[in-house]
Amino acid sequence: MGAALPEPAPSRLFLSGNDAVALAVRDAGCRVAAAYPGTPSTEILEVLARYPDLYTEWSINEKVSLEVALGASMVGARAFCAMKHVGLNVAADALMTMTVTGTEGGLVIAVADDVGMSSSQNEQDSRFWARFAHLPLFEPADAQESYDMTRAAFALSERFCCPAILRLTTRICHVKGRVIAGERETHEPGGFVKDPQRWVMVPGNAKPRVARMHEREEALRAASTESAFNVLLPGEDRRIGFVVSGPAFMHVREAFPAAPVFKLGQSYPLPLERVRELAAGVDQLLVVEETEALVENELRAAGIACSGKDTLPRVGELSPDVLRPAVARLLGEPVPAKAHLAPQQVFPRPPTMCVACPHLGIYYTLAQLRNITISGDIGCYTLGAGQPWNALDTCISMGASMGVALGMDKGRGEADAKKSVVAVIGDSTFMHMGMQGLLDITWNRGNVTVLLLDNRAVGMTGGQDNPGTGRDIHGETVPRIDFAKLCEALGVNKERIHVLDPYQLPVLFKTLREETKVREPSVIITNRPCVLIDDYQPAQPYKVIADQCTGCGNCLDVGCPAIHVTRRAKEVKPSGKEVELAFTRIETSACTGCGLCVQPCAPEAIVHAAPEHPVKFLHAKI
Amino acid sequence: MTITNIAVCGIGGQGVMTATEILAEAALSLGFDVKKTEVAGMSQRGGVVTSHLRFGPQVLSPQIVPGEADLLVGFEAAEALRWSHMLKPGGVALVNQGRFVPPVVTIGLYDYPADPIAEMRALGVEVSDFDASALALQLGNIRLGNTVMLGAMSDRLPFPADVLRNAVLARFGVRKPALVDLNRQAFELGRAAVARMGAAA
Ligand code: SF4
Ligand code: SF4
Repeated sequence: MGAALPEPAPSRLFLSGNDAVALAVRDAGCRVAAAYPGTPSTEILEVLARYPDLYTEWSINEKVSLEVALGASMVGARAFCAMKHVGLNVAADALMTMTVTGTEGGLVIAVADDVGMSSSQNEQDSRFWARFAHLPLFEPADAQESYDMTRAAFALSERFCCPAILRLTTRICHVKGRVIAGERETHEPGGFVKDPQRWVMVPGNAKPRVARMHEREEALRAASTESAFNVLLPGEDRRIGFVVSGPAFMHVREAFPAAPVFKLGQSYPLPLERVRELAAGVDQLLVVEETEALVENELRAAGIACSGKDTLPRVGELSPDVLRPAVARLLGEPVPAKAHLAPQQVFPRPPTMCVACPHLGIYYTLAQLRNITISGDIGCYTLGAGQPWNALDTCISMGASMGVALGMDKGRGEADAKKSVVAVIGDSTFMHMGMQGLLDITWNRGNVTVLLLDNRAVGMTGGQDNPGTGRDIHGETVPRIDFAKLCEALGVNKERIHVLDPYQLPVLFKTLREETKVREPSVIITNRPCVLIDDYQPAQPYKVIADQCTGCGNCLDVGCPAIHVTRRAKEVKPSGKEVELAFTRIETSACTGCGLCVQPCAPEAIVHAAPEHPVKFLHAKI
Repeated sequence: MTITNIAVCGIGGQGVMTATEILAEAALSLGFDVKKTEVAGMSQRGGVVTSHLRFGPQVLSPQIVPGEADLLVGFEAAEALRWSHMLKPGGVALVNQGRFVPPVVTIGLYDYPADPIAEMRALGVEVSDFDASALALQLGNIRLGNTVMLGAMSDRLPFPADVLRNAVLARFGVRKPALVDLNRQAFELGRAAVARMGAAA
């Protein structure tokens, strides 16, 4: 063992926004932190879990994580929860009441908006939630501000006894920059104080508190007016003054260093009067915000003339190369030239499922079945909508596969009378929001075949644990949920529950065909781990014997990225029909020997290969 | 205020982000302000990955504006072509000749460019290309490809190659001392590969 590393000098900390939030949560003396993994927010809890002196958990969904944080705050502890934008929709029910009860120990909610939708089903502006819930909002512009604002958010939360929202974006969460950290503080919880009028929200108790919530909002506006995070940066070029919220500030400062900028960091409630001062000293005012026109609309409503979404895009990320031409047009100047080389047209490279992914066989099988409608869900297995399977018909939100399938079953007309409805959901998604939907299916006697793909991980976000893995956030062993029993408890007939190996294609095919014919709910649970987690054991790889391959291309339909085409050809069958041939090879160094592609190969051209390198070494993570 | 802009591109799993992280460490160790960002959609799943590194006295936006990169490091040939427009006029591209053919090409929906590097040269880009994947396999593990690429770029940076070498060794020294030597060799193989090209030119 090497000697322990010296602590790096503070200015040498090079952190992502997520890392910086986590460090600030720890340094603020937070005791309880909870989240459901969701890109781009996932890493915050992963980092926090490495600190020994606070409680961390993966919750089963965002609403529960927020409730856990609220409970901790009620007993006086500082508490934190993190989620992605769509997660706050799930947590909204709890949020809208806790803004009324208020909080005790400082409570900070970090919500990460996937602006530009790099891995989400929609784009939404979570700043709306702060306005909807009348809560203070912080919008860091880089990692340093993520650290500073998280700590300030705890202090503000305690000062006003309400949760504070920290709005991050992908470009904050995953951008690394230098961070100077402060002193660590400790907070001893004062203990729970019984006060039913405050904590029991029956109408009689809630009514007076709603009035207090509105008073609080006015006090928060005064605090925001004085906040050091809301600052006017002077500039000599007074043709345009910018009002900027969040990370767009860095782009504005980079592209227009000489322009005056009002930088909003503690951005709700809006410090209107200070913006008015800037407006008075410039020819035009331009509001730069990602993604919706929230600040712009508030300024206009207050009688402050400004441009915004009439000039800048409403969708996707802002950056200096988006801002420069837009501002030039506003000023009536020539639009600056684009890059000297045009972007080159190269084939698209969409994400694919991994080599040997246990979902490959499922989609291979689903693609073979006729007369089915497939309702999908959120996770790696959503990629089954892509090539070569094209085997997903819908994907809406966490757990929606269940309700959507039931609705398709109940709403069907003559056109769909002969079709079977299949719903596909992952283990973690099932526990997040799918269980309730399955209960609805059994209760209302829906005719749906559910594929519960248990790969023992939250695969899409990097293999986090859940109650189905038998491990908690620290890797400690905990009771493992038995999905077959759980489905039985939710009302599925025991005979209609099957646990299958997803690499056994004939069994899978037979079971699916039978169960889709049965006129009651069925559940097929698969039981092989995600290839990216430690539970996965690679086996001896395969190869294609070149001169035995007939070029039928059946193995390509499996969709394993380790299978490549060596040669294409056309052949005219005796019937006169022309068929396309694709002769294949297997990339031995990538193949993990799952055996899937061996099964559809009629001439048995796929055989074990002697590994060129020891398999373990090839798949070792270095 | 001079800022160095380096764009690194490749596909998920090639170590694009790790390589950029090591470059960032090297720049940080010299006291520069540094920002690093990725442009990646579901990168773990074989999708496109680009990573932007900017360093200088003060860095504001983390993103490199297309047409302003000093150096483009391509971990995969077609990806280097895809991101050629990131380069500024006179910028340089360092490209791995190794090809990673995605399933959409395998199943015949699209074609892989016949010679992506030649296409880059036809656009007027100055390209140094070599087979980094083969060099990595020569050392027994394709995952060493990112260290080979770091070695290859070590003489193209506004600081001495030693600073980058130390950052590479520090990184792997902490995690697994046994890997230090392999990475040292990979780094030198990458350096030698581009040096040979310089000599031949
Ligand atoms: S056996 Fe076939 S399907 Fe399985 S990993 Fe190897 S190439 Fe892919
Ligand atoms: S399934 Fe077998 S015969 Fe058909 S292309 Fe693949 S390897 Fe060749």
